[in-house]
Formats: sequence, C-alpha cells, structure tokens
Amino acid sequence: MSDLIADAIDMTFTTPNGDVVRALKNVSFTLKEGELLSVLGPSGCGKTTLLNLIAGFLRPTGGLLTLGDQEIDGPGVERGMVFQQGALFEWLTVSENVDFGLRMKNANKKETARKVEEWLEIVGLQGFGDTPTYQLSGGMQQRVALARCLINDPDLILMDEPLGALDALTREKMQSLVLKIWKETGKTIMIITHSVEEALLLGERLFVMAPRPGRLHKEYSLPFAELGLEQDPRDIKNNSEFAQTREEILSMIWNMEEEIMGTASS
Amino acid sequence: MSAVGLRGLVIGALFIGLFLALISCWIYGRRLIKNEKTDAVFGNPVKALGGWHWIVSGVATILLVWLYFSWDAARAFFPQAANELCQVAKVNTAVHPMRSSFPFDTRLPKGTIILARENGQLARITADLGSADYSDQERAELQPYLDRAQTILTSMAAEGSVDNETLQAITGVSQRIDDLTAILEAGELPEGADAAIIQARDDQPGWGDSSQEVPVDPTSRRGALFDSVAAPMAEISRDFSKIRNTNAKFVEDVAALDAELKALSDGSESAGVIAFARDMNKLLKRVDNGAVFPPGALDPIEASLASFHTVQQDKQGSLKLIDAIAMPSGTILAGNTACSEQGSGRWLPKPSDTFATLVRLSDPEVGYKGFPLLWYKQKPLAEMVGFLVPDFIADLIPGEYPRHGANGLVEQNFKAKVLAIATGNFNSPNVPVPTGHVWDSVLRVLAGLFLGILLGVPLGLFMGLSRFAKGFFDPMIELYRPVPPLAWAPLILTIFGIQDDGKIFLLFMVAFAIMVISARTGATGTQLSKIHAAHSLGASRWQIVRSVILPNSLPEILTGIRISIGVCWGTLVAAEMLAGTTGIGFVENVARKQSDYEIIWVTIILLGLLGLLFDLIMRFVIHKTIPWRGKG
Repeated sequence: MSDLIADAIDMTFTTPNGDVVRALKNVSFTLKEGELLSVLGPSGCGKTTLLNLIAGFLRPTGGLLTLGDQEIDGPGVERGMVFQQGALFEWLTVSENVDFGLRMKNANKKETARKVEEWLEIVGLQGFGDTPTYQLSGGMQQRVALARCLINDPDLILMDEPLGALDALTREKMQSLVLKIWKETGKTIMIITHSVEEALLLGERLFVMAPRPGRLHKEYSLPFAELGLEQDPRDIKNNSEFAQTREEILSMIWNMEEEIMGTASS
Repeated sequence: MSAVGLRGLVIGALFIGLFLALISCWIYGRRLIKNEKTDAVFGNPVKALGGWHWIVSGVATILLVWLYFSWDAARAFFPQAANELCQVAKVNTAVHPMRSSFPFDTRLPKGTIILARENGQLARITADLGSADYSDQERAELQPYLDRAQTILTSMAAEGSVDNETLQAITGVSQRIDDLTAILEAGELPEGADAAIIQARDDQPGWGDSSQEVPVDPTSRRGALFDSVAAPMAEISRDFSKIRNTNAKFVEDVAALDAELKALSDGSESAGVIAFARDMNKLLKRVDNGAVFPPGALDPIEASLASFHTVQQDKQGSLKLIDAIAMPSGTILAGNTACSEQGSGRWLPKPSDTFATLVRLSDPEVGYKGFPLLWYKQKPLAEMVGFLVPDFIADLIPGEYPRHGANGLVEQNFKAKVLAIATGNFNSPNVPVPTGHVWDSVLRVLAGLFLGILLGVPLGLFMGLSRFAKGFFDPMIELYRPVPPLAWAPLILTIFGIQDDGKIFLLFMVAFAIMVISARTGATGTQLSKIHAAHSLGASRWQIVRSVILPNSLPEILTGIRISIGVCWGTLVAAEMLAGTTGIGFVENVARKQSDYEIIWVTIILLGLLGLLFDLIMRFVIHKTIPWRGKG
C-alpha cells in the first residue's frame, strides 16, 4: 500500500527581486497505487513545480506530501523520474545508463546484467546495449530513460513532458509503450503533458490545473487508457466521446490563457 | 663514397621528393575541392575533416623553405659553388677600392662628390663672412683667402694639372688591368694550378664541415682562374690608391695658404677670424691628398675596369645564376683570410648540419656538458622504492626502533627493517631508468602537471559546486594566476632551490590555476536535469560528483590539460634557462652564451617535436575519452 497523498500543498518562491510568487496553493489529492494520472494546464500553472515537489527536488512551503507511510523529504529511488530531454549521461553506453541506479547501490553484477537485458527488451532496445547514447534518436533516448527509471523498481513514476520533444509518429509509439508498461508493471504513473490528446489517452485520471496561483481546477476520470490497452490509440482518438472531452478541456485552457492575457494587459 | 657526398645525395633526393610531394598533394587537393563543390556549402565544419594531403604539403613546405633558405639545397646540388664564389669574392674584394672611385656601383664619381662638397663648404664660409660676426674691415681682409682656396679647388680639375709621372702611373695601372683581363678571358691557369687544386681538394674540409664555413683554396679550374687573378688585382688596387693628383705647384699653393691662415689665426683675437681660419684649414686638409682629377684623366682606368668587369661576369657563367637563385638573401663574402656565408645561409642552420648535430649529441657518450640528451642508466630498485615510499610508514609500525647494546651490536627488529625499505636502504637488482636532458625536462613537466591535476581538479569541482569554496579560493587563485610564471620564478627558485623542486613547484602553480578554472567551468556547466536524474536513481553526493559532475566536466578538464602542457613547456624552458644544470632549456642557454646556432636550433626542434608529441597524445586521449563532446 503506497498511495501518494498531497495534503494542502503550498509553494511560494521569492524571486531575486524580492517578489513573492505563489506557484501552488492548497493542492490536495490522493493517488492510489497503480493509478495512471495525467496533469494538464496552461504554462505557469505549477505542473512542473508539483512534480519536482513529489520527486523531492523541492520542499513545499506548506502542507504535507506522503508516499505510503513516508513523508517525502528529498529525492529517492522509490520515485523514479523521466525528463523531457531524457537527461541521459552521454558519456555512458545504453546499458551503463540503464544500470546506473543499480551500480550506485553496488548491486550484484550478474543480476544487474540480466535485468538490463530484460528492460532493454521491454522498451524495444535489444541489441543496443553497447551503443553510446549520443548516437540514438530522440525516441530511443526516451526509451533508455524509461528503462533506466524502471529498472530501479520505483513505486511511483514521474514523467515531466516525456514525449514533448518527439515527432508525432514516434510519440504515438511511445504512448503505446507507456500504456503497455503501466499495464504490465502495475506501477503508479504521473505524467505531465502539454498535449490534451496525450493527457486524455495516458490518464485514468486527469487533473486540469489553473494558474496564478497554481491550483487543481478540475478532475476527470477517463476510460481511454484502459481502452488504449486493447485498441489502436488512433481509433480511440477518433472516438466521439474522446473528441468531445478534448474540445471541452481545450476551451477551458483557452479561457484560462485568455484570462492571463487579460490580467497581464490591464 | 664520402660522408659529404652521401649527405648531398640524401638532401638532394629529399628536396626533389618533397617538391614532388608538394605538387602532387596540391593537385590532389584541387581535384578533391572540384569534386566536392556540388555537395558542400561554405561554413560546413565537415569540410575541415580529413585532408592528410594538406598535412603532407604543409610539412613539405616547411622543410623546403628550410632547405632552401639555409642553402642546404644549394650545397647538395652545387657543392662546388661556395668555393668558386669564394674565389669570385676574392676578386671582387681586390677590385673594389678601384671601382669605388668610379660611378660603377655609385651614381657619382668620387672626384665629383669631393668637389661638390668642398664648393658647398666654401659657399657656406662665404655666407658666414656676411654675418654680423665680422666687421667690414675683417671682411675685406679675409676675402682674398677665399678666392685663393677657390683657385686651388679649380686648379685640381683643370686640364693639364696632372703631371707626367702621374699620367704614366695611370696608363700603367690601366695596362696591368687590361693584361689581367686578357688572362681571365683566355682562361690561362698559372703553372702548377691543377696540382694545387687536387692538393686543396684533399687538404680542405668541405663546405660547412668545419668552423671555417667555406674552404678558401680553389678546388676547381674555374675557381683557380679567379684565384689567380685576385692577388695581382689586389696589388694593382694598392698601386692605384697611391696615384694622387698632387703636382708641385698644387702642393706649394696649399702649403702657403695653410701657413698664412695659421699665422692669421695666431695673430688675431677676433673669434670670427679664428673660426674662419679653422674652417678653411679643415677644407684644405680634405683636398690636399689630391683625390680629384681633371675630368677624363682617369678614363683609361675606368674603361679597363669596365671591360674587366664584363669579362669577369662572363667567366662566372652559371655561378651568377646559382648565387642568385640557389642562395637566396645573401652571398659568399671573402675576408682577409677566409670566406664565409652572408645572409640566411649564415644564421639559419642547415637541416643536414642540424640533424648531424642532433645525432652527435644523441650519442650518450657525447651528450651535452657530460649528460646525454636521452638515454638510460642502471639504477638500484631500492633507490626508487625509497623515493616513492614515505619514510613515516616505519613510524606507524608499533614498537621502538632498536638501540645498540652494550656489546656494540644492533639487533634489527621489524620496525627497523620497514624503515630500511622505506629509505631504500636494502640490496636490490639494478633496473634501467631513463635519463638525460630531454627526460629531465619531460619529467619536470609531467610532475608539475600531475600535481596540478591532482589538486586542481578536485578544488575546481568543489568551487563549481560550493558558494563558499568559490568565494574563498577565488581571490587567492585569481591574484597569483595573472602574474606571469616567469615573474614568480626567481622567488620560487630561491625558496625551493634551483634543482627539480623549484621547477616542479613553478610548473605546479601554472598547471594548478588552469586546472582549477577548467574543472570549475566544467562543474558549473552540468545540466540540472542530469543531477536530478542521478538523485532520483539513488546516487549519493559523492557518487554524483564522481559519476555525473566529473565525467560531465571531462571536456573542459582535458582542454585544460592540453593548455597546461603548452604553458608548462614554455615556463619550464625559461626556468631552466634561469638556473639548473640539466634540461633542454639549460642546453639552449649554454648554446646561446656560446652563440652555437646549430645547438640552439637543435633544442628548438626538440621542443617543437616534444610539444607536437604531447599535443598528439592529448588529441588522441580527447578523441578516445570524450567522443560525445558537443553531442549530449
């Protein structure tokens, strides 16, 4: 039982000029084990701040974050993170990147090698173990990042716009891969994205966040992730319910953006 | 075949080979460019990759320029040329005093120059006389002297002023020159010349084989011909210099005027009159040697010299061309007893000589100042163990060091045995270790560099990660770093001694600052997302420094090492020049004091090659360790 519980999280930054920015205000939610959550919102709504708080890179100025029984206080292996640009270590090969976490723990070498093989196969990179990562394409780099995170067997996987830098075709393939991994491992996954379609497809639950101050605006429970496990994601995207929800959320975000523009110009 | 002949053959073949390589590489390069024109745009860095043929042509160009301007190519292709040009130079030196009286190499004849100058002087003195320094009475009194001086000047140039004796001397000199011209034209060698040539070939060292650069005695028939003319010509020159246009009346007039002026000066108290007398006196002294002749009086000699010159030039034949083309920026000059190279052939040592000097010095038995350039020697292993193992290790062993007993014997215990090993005080086999000037220099650079990296990189990384370290250490490093290492040298060498310690510390200071700055730049440039990723993967602080920040800083660190090596070399050579008894800089300093250009050149080439070697090693290391640079 390792649910993620956010209890009235507040986050304020002080800029070097002395201005106080409220990045998050009173954010509360519970993410049950094995859930797939996507978070959507206009720029500056605090999505990435929320993720960094959960990852432990930042500490909240108010409220409490717990994973299982443990208060989140700094980064940890139980919360794996996948970054937008992969953040791979380019001086290492693919398998050295993947087993980085295990090497840091001084894990058994044979066991590690076996696990690396296994995960490379799951993400579709068998045979690329000795390739230097700088020779890989963007999609392949993200597969390495996924494997590197998953090999540590984290309770919670955090993804910060993981597919943002990929082309449309690669992106669809990767979306299927994320769904497949979610299904096969039963991990709790939290994905931050800019793309409404991606959020709808990769979210059992979907948070739409609003800016200034960053807060949860609306929550959806969605069937598309489950469907996506059996069907071609492209068929789901043509589904009328999918299109309807997409339009609803798009106009919601559109209005938020308009509002920001309005307050900014007044 | 003699060693000199072999050298000529090798250098000649090398020169031609290099020339052909240069041409063919250029043609290849041009063709490559033509083919690539369609698929590469300007500014594409890929176009700078590869290009071994340009490396070949670059090296060939350097060597060709060196071979050419040091006249090594000339010596290889025309080994006789220097000796023959030496004979020509002897003739030129002999004939020069005569030629300088006529407008051959100058624009005006000597007599014209003298008259123009002295007429000018007279005009000036006349003008002075008009000034307020003189009273009217004085002017009237002095004017006649001026008129008489003018008359004397005019009389020298007057037709018929030359007496018969002098006229005969002029004709005689002209005739003797014509005789020599005839000998030269006919190519008549004096008796026994052929035997002398063979003798000279056997007796004299070749061109550049001894401290006497160019052999003096002629070793060819052409040279012997010029040589045979040179001595009589020198004699004629001496006789010519005795010919003066001093007839009895001229001498009398000058002496009379001189005496009157002296009396005038002695009997007067007027400053103006005294100055006038002095100026006039000087003027007369300049003309009384009779160097001015009537126009046309010396024409026979001028004509003889002109025809001699024509024949002489003609007889040089191909030599003139060799001198102009194969011996650029200079020629062979003849002194009183020896001939020498003048120009780039003198100060630019020839590659073959330089190589020969290098080979000579490379012989460990010869070396330089009793120390080989680079060799090995047998050293007991114990000495190295004693150097590497710190002595305090023995102190850490429990127990006491032994003391001698009442019987005068010392009982060794374990602690004492460890001390013996730590101090290198035990029997061991000899092992060969490198030694020599080059090795000493390399070792100093490597030691300074190693210490600089060892201490500089961690501090640099620390400074890149910690506000405290950055603020605390920055002022110290930034205060000592901008000071040129050579400004530190006298102080450091005084404190640490002129042996290796001082030099290594100086190099350490240089390398340390560079390494700190590069490691710090590298650490500062680490992407935050990579550090976040490492944190999420469970890495500890130390593991993050070791596995993320250090490898991420490698490009900057390696660039820093590459720069450090270069700066360390420069500093080391200068430090070795200041003090010490071994090292390449020491060799160069001694050679400099002795003006031994060849050894200076050898040290420069050694330094260049070692620098190139180090840089190639670093390039290889960079290529192997950070192929990912710029691709992350």
